[in-house]
Parts: sequence; structure tokens; C-alpha cells
Amino acid sequence: MSFGRRAYVVLWKDVLIECRSKEALNALVFFSLLLLFLFQFALGGDRDHLTAALPGLLWLGFILAGLLALGRSFLIERENDCWEGLLLAPGDKSAIYLGKLAGNLLLMFAVEALVLLLFVVFFNVDVAGVLPALVAVIGLGTVGLAALGTLFAGMTAHVRARELLFPVLVLPLQVPLLLGTVRATEAVLSREGLAAVGHWLALLGAADVIFLVAGFLTFEFILEG
Amino acid sequence: MRRTTIRVLGWLTVLALLLGLVWGFGVAPREVTQGNVQRIMYLHVPSAIVGEYVGFGVLFLASIAYLLTRSERADRLARASAEVAVVLLAITIVSGSIWGKPTWGTWWTWDARLTTVTILFVMGLAYLLLRGMIEDGERAARFGAVLGILAPLNVPLVHFSVYWWRTLHQPPSLLKPGPSMISGDAIKDALYINLAAFVLLYAYLVATRVRLLRREVEALA
Amino acid sequence: MVPLIRVAGLTKRYGVHFVLDGVNLDVHPGEALALLGANGAGKTTLLKIIATLVRPSAGVVAVAGHDCVREAERVRRDIGYVAHGSHLYEDLTAAENLRFWTELAGKPVGREAILSALAAIELEAVADDTVRTLSAGMQRRLSLARLLLVPPRVLLLDEPFASLDQRAGKWLEEHLLARKTRGAAIVMSTHSFGRELDVVDRVAILAEGRVAVAVRREGLTVDELQRLYAMHAEGRA
Repeated sequence: MSFGRRAYVVLWKDVLIECRSKEALNALVFFSLLLLFLFQFALGGDRDHLTAALPGLLWLGFILAGLLALGRSFLIERENDCWEGLLLAPGDKSAIYLGKLAGNLLLMFAVEALVLLLFVVFFNVDVAGVLPALVAVIGLGTVGLAALGTLFAGMTAHVRARELLFPVLVLPLQVPLLLGTVRATEAVLSREGLAAVGHWLALLGAADVIFLVAGFLTFEFILEG
Repeated sequence: MRRTTIRVLGWLTVLALLLGLVWGFGVAPREVTQGNVQRIMYLHVPSAIVGEYVGFGVLFLASIAYLLTRSERADRLARASAEVAVVLLAITIVSGSIWGKPTWGTWWTWDARLTTVTILFVMGLAYLLLRGMIEDGERAARFGAVLGILAPLNVPLVHFSVYWWRTLHQPPSLLKPGPSMISGDAIKDALYINLAAFVLLYAYLVATRVRLLRREVEALA
Repeated sequence: MVPLIRVAGLTKRYGVHFVLDGVNLDVHPGEALALLGANGAGKTTLLKIIATLVRPSAGVVAVAGHDCVREAERVRRDIGYVAHGSHLYEDLTAAENLRFWTELAGKPVGREAILSALAAIELEAVADDTVRTLSAGMQRRLSLARLLLVPPRVLLLDEPFASLDQRAGKWLEEHLLARKTRGAAIVMSTHSFGRELDVVDRVAILAEGRVAVAVRREGLTVDELQRLYAMHAEGRA
């Protein structure tokens, strides 16, 4: 199917370029370490404070890293003057959205795995037995964040103050996802179990579907820009 | 909309608002537990309802219409609706805060309604900011339309998530339904009158704003 | 004969400023048209509108009978657009760039086809070198190579001979002539009087958003063309 193949070639291109330049990955790894220190210094004085806040801090970390990683989704298109090329290539433009989204998801998952690992090691988070559930929650939350982020990155690619506008657009829409993922993460880490937060998971799922569909349908209008 | 129609609408709005004021502060009885401060609900609730549902609803539909037809009228309607919605939501927040001080002792509380309205307010501001920061008018309209579709879609998600968040984190006694507690017919009447008045206010402001936007474009041509 | 490119009453304005103000043009299969004009005359905008990159404010633009606004995706299948933007990813090799663009256009080709396209513009030696390491002239040639792999019916070229050396210029000239015999329509903008004049059949001079004059190329000397240009494009002479 041509759609899948075209989306794949966009993913292939982004992965190849990232592998060669390693720009994003290096910076994000470093950023994750910094976050750790930041959280420790801001809240680490009182052990209990920190433990209680951990689910929130985890997602704060994911979102901050996400803003950085997703905001630059179309940076290479801009820098290499290829934006027009994407628009001119005949075919369904949402294939490009899918390819970019896939690349962003890979990047986000890599960074989130690192942040989670750092949390487990430095903040003593006990993930024994709940890792699959945790991964499921992180997956649900990240898909929504990436779907929004990829779309808005396309929008802000041409705006002068894009680093300011991008978070302003993403964060308000991110609030339901944030509330849901933090609560669900809390439930998983405190061994309450996913069943207790079934309604939250449904909300996250609904949000993901809404944002993905909106992204697929409206991306061509953004690309025209 | 024609100028005379807008003018008539304006007068109707003034009348309705006056009527609403009279009913709210004169006719409706003093609320038992909260006292006169409860009367601010006649301002707070209608502005919330009209801002959220009518304002964002029109923004949503007009944005879809713009993307499908590229009609500049649809775009002007979307933009005007967003602006008026932001104003109404600001009124909601401020009136909610004024109500909160004597009732709960603080200017701000993370009550479900107030939080939801604030998030919507911020989304509306983001929309206006997006449009303001893009120089190309056509692109601003197009990108605005995309956000104008996404933001209202987010509204039910925000409602549920904030409500669940509050009910699960706050003991029920603190979470009184707040200004939306309605008891008694006289209060309901006052509420409906003010609601109608605010719908008229919304319509008048949007019509005026759309007209202004159109005149701006015509003036340049 | 139905024109391959049809432009009627085309207007484009940004706010109060009219970049194009009632342009009429037809280009038939096998025909090449040069757009001459001073900077800011609207040549690039006109090309972009035909290329579906910009929407007109008014008027009709159609390629092979398909409207550029309402059937943009259909039009994109028939056109090749080469302009100042290189459309090349610096961190990818020459071969990888060609692979990407052909796959994205839904017309994937094998490595042999890519290598022979590179050979045609004498870049096969650098097939696996990243574009960053290529000189500006080589990058320009690489941009043009895309046209070889997915030969479009309509070529829209914005100052294609600029920054091409002798050999590359000769290659492009031959390529365009070959495409013409295959029935392609070509529109290229230029503001110099070089090689492009040997390829085109007609010349249209754009001034103040309109086609000031359109003439057949043959029978006119370069001097006469330059005088026409000076008269129309550079203000009242």
C-alpha cells in the first residue's frame, strides 16, 4: 500500500538523519539528567515529599522533554528548505504526518525509558511486577502528546517565536492527558491496579483517538502553509 | 448583518441585561446560606454557559466551515466568537473569584468548574495568540481553524478529567457544587433571564466584531 | 490543441498589494515559455501558483485540464518544480535523497535507476556522499536530477540556469529539448538572456503583475529581445 510505504520513507529519512547527526538524542539525554538534578534539588530535601510527588514529576519530566523533542519535528525540513518538497510530492499528506509521528514516538519512548530508568535508580521507584502496566500507561499518554506535538510543530514551523508559541498551544490541550496519566501512574505505582483507574484509561484512549484523527485530517492544511 | 439589525440587537441586549439585573438583585430572594454574594451567580453561570458552549461551539463549526469552503466570512465568525468567548470566560473567572472570597475565604480555589473554565480561557487565549503571531492572513485563518477545531473537541475531555480529579482528591464536604446550586423557582427564573440576556450579548458582540473585521478588510482594498 | 497549462485572469494580492493582476497565458504540449521580468515582477509567484504552492486570489489556473486549486493533488502528479530551494537533505547522501523523493512521490525506483540518473549529470561518483560535502553547483545539478527519475509532463523552473556551469548548463539545455519532443510543457523564469533563450519557443515579459508582451522567440535577435525587455520591464523607456 502506497500510503504505508510513503509514511515509512518519511520515518526512514528522519531516523537516518538523526542517527548521523545525533543532535536530538544527545541533547535529550543530557536534558534528562539535568531534570533529575532539578527535581532532586527542588524537592529532595524531604524524602516523603518527593515520593508522593513522583508520578507527577515523572510526567513533568516526560512533558518537558516532549516539548523540546516534538517542537523541532520539522526543523530539518525548514533548515534544508524541503518544506515545499513535502507539499509538492503527490499523494495523501497524512502519510507524512504518520511518518513524522512514528519518528517522534520512537524518540519519545527512548527518552522516556531513560527518564524512567533514572527515576528507578535515583529516586528508588519500585517497578517490580508493574512494569507492563506502567508501560501501557506511558504509551497511552505519549501517543496523545506526540499526536498534538507533531501537528503543532508543523503549525509553528513558520512562526517567528515558535519556541514560545509551541508550548502555549500544546499545554492547554495536554491538561486532560496530564491529569489522567498522573493518576493512572499513581495507581500503578501504589499497586492499586489498572482496574481502579479504568475510567481514566478510557479517557486517555478517547483523547488519543481524537487527537490522532484530528491530526490526520488537518495536517494537509498545515502543510499548505 | 445589517447595521440596523445590529443596533436593534444592541438595544434588546441592554434591555435584557437590565431585566436580568433587576430580577437577580431585586426580585430573586436572598439566598439562605450564602447571602447576597450568591447573586453574583447570575453573572457567573450565564457567562460560563454562553462562553463555553455557544462561544466554543460556534468557533468549532465556523472553523470546520472555513477549512471546507475557505470562506472569509466563516473565518471572521470564528475569530469573533473566540474573542467574545475569551471575554465571557474572563468574566466567569473573575466573578467566580469574587464569589469565592467571602464563601471559601480565598480568591482562588481549584474547584472543578473554575478550573475547567480557566483551561478553556487559556485555550481561547492560545487561539488569539496563534492568530496574532502569524503575519500572513490566510495562513493565520487556516491554522486558527485547525486549533479552532481541536480546542472545542478538548472541552469534554477537560470537563471529565477535571471533575474526576477534584472529586477524587477532595473530601466531599469541601466540594460543594458551588454557585451552581439552584434552589427555588424565583432563583431559576432570574437565572434563565440572565442566560437569555447573555446569549443576546454574545450575539451582539460577535455581530459587531464581524462587521468591524469586514470593514477592516474592505478599507484596505 | 488543448493547452497543457492554462492561466486566465490570474490575480494574486497580498493585502493591498497586487503581485499579479490579470495574467493570461497558455502553454501547449511540446512548448517552452520563458518568463522574463525584473525582480518583484511576479515571475516566482506565477510559477508557484501553477505549481499549486500558492493559491490565487482570483482567476483560473489549470494543468492538463485539472484546476490547480480544486484538484491540487492531481496536478502535483503532472508537474516538476525546481526553484531556489534545493529540496535536498544535507545529512543524506545524493542517492538517499533521490530515493526519498521518488518514494514519497509514490514512484519508487531501484538503485540502478538512481545511479544511472546520477551518471547522466556526472554525479555517480558522489552517489554515497552526503549532500553537505557537495559543492553548490553539484547540489544544483542534484536537484535537477529528480526531474530525470520522475519525468513530469509540465516543468516549472525558477531561474534554472543560474549557478550552473558550462557543462551542466549544456546538459540541462539538451534535457529540456528532449523533454519538449516528448510533449512536455515548460515554463521557466529568468532575468538574463543566456542559454534559456535557445530552448524556448515563446517569451513573455512580466511587468507590474501583467504580461506586458508575449512574442515568438524565433526571428528575434537577442538585442531585439533586450530592447523589448528594457522597454516593458524596466519602466517606460
